[in-house]
Amino acid sequence: MNGVHDMGGMENFGPVIPEPDEPLFHEPWERRVFAATLAMGATGEWNLDQSRAARESLAPAHYLASGYYRIWLDGLCNLLLERGLVTSEELRDGRLREPAPRVLNVLSAGYVAAALARGSPTERPIPGPARFSFGDAIRTRTMHPASHTRLPRYCRDKPGRIVFVHGAHVFPDANAKGAGEQPQWLYTVRFEGRDLWGADTTAASVHVDCWESYLEAG
Amino acid sequence: MSHAPSGDQHRHPHAAGDPHGDDHPHDHDHDHDHDHDHDHDRAHGSSELSEMDLRVRALESLLVEKGYVDAKALDVLIDTYESRIGPRNGARVVAKAWSDAAYRQWLLDDATAAIAELGYSGRQGEHMVALENTGRVHNIVVCTLCSCYPWSILGLPPVWYKSAPYRSRAVIDPRGVLAEFGVALPGNVELRVWDSTAEVRYLVLPRRPAGTDGWTEEQLQQLVTRDSMIGTGLPLRPDALPSAQS
Repeated sequence: MNGVHDMGGMENFGPVIPEPDEPLFHEPWERRVFAATLAMGATGEWNLDQSRAARESLAPAHYLASGYYRIWLDGLCNLLLERGLVTSEELRDGRLREPAPRVLNVLSAGYVAAALARGSPTERPIPGPARFSFGDAIRTRTMHPASHTRLPRYCRDKPGRIVFVHGAHVFPDANAKGAGEQPQWLYTVRFEGRDLWGADTTAASVHVDCWESYLEAG
Repeated sequence: MSHAPSGDQHRHPHAAGDPHGDDHPHDHDHDHDHDHDHDHDRAHGSSELSEMDLRVRALESLLVEKGYVDAKALDVLIDTYESRIGPRNGARVVAKAWSDAAYRQWLLDDATAAIAELGYSGRQGEHMVALENTGRVHNIVVCTLCSCYPWSILGLPPVWYKSAPYRSRAVIDPRGVLAEFGVALPGNVELRVWDSTAEVRYLVLPRRPAGTDGWTEEQLQQLVTRDSMIGTGLPLRPDALPSAQS
């Protein structure tokens, strides 16, 4: 989706403001949103790509005006509403009105350490031979899907070279739609700064992880 | 780790977009929170419960009451990232790579396995790649699309990493971004940017500071800053550590 979350190369947001001795959370509610988001992710009611898509689907002006945990909160609430796990009346005051459907999994306190240590690896058995190998010249496709994708706008229809072949990974564009994991070969592509930005850059190169269907032979 | 903020002085770096942003516009996506949420996530200090705190409490109690989440698991999750997982993990990896040539080579060849050897693996660090800085090459990591960051070795990302100013400009003007961190590299140093668009997570292996011959790994760890492992900073110099012996 060509949304405001796809920020690479935009200007006029102001300087980066590093915060010395930054606390992990700036407001008490942020730590609760963080934990609730991880715990609800562990229920298996949606996947990682669907939670990213939910955040990207927030209204653009709201997304830009919000801190990141606010974006997480609103994305989480929308996922809960879309799946019928809560109602908007319930979210308003926290009072339970509707009986709860059973979720696939509940993360128990005793299992948190093990679940975090395992993580959610996205590598899958390879679906077939890799089309590209180290050093190959490629060109990214011209594509503008209205749904979730991980190919940023700034590196579409650009020449590059393969610098890493990572194996097959879950394909977010399909997984975000609930269309299954459809694993594809994943590559890291090196783009020369001048090919992306012309003379208006201080980057010698920009590297982007690209699934195979984002690429054609260059 | 650090002091808690007081008042609302931290509100500006919060916004994903314009750091000097105005009130939230009406949110057309939602029918559940309109009229109630205009500016509260940054309007209140810690002395009273903000409306954001109340809203999130309502959500949390609902999720617990419905049986979707275990309240104790939420506390464990928070404690894990507040006290157990943070940039000290990554500093251990870097200091070992500075001290042990075989480990350094393993880290560059198979970072996931080399980092797991020190006990760091799992969520947001499942597939790791290490990027070595040299006198000619400096690497800098960003996630332009969201906030992807190697949690297992650096903990949770700082606000600036998730902010629009960093996400927008790191890929086009890394030298300008570095200047905002007070980092000026010689003009002949090649700046390589890495945009974390998949589940691969990047660790920058900074250059070992001069004047540290004979230092132990424990001493070297003190020189490794979080930002030096993202590429927006450099390791501390030995003379910045009054307690370290050289």
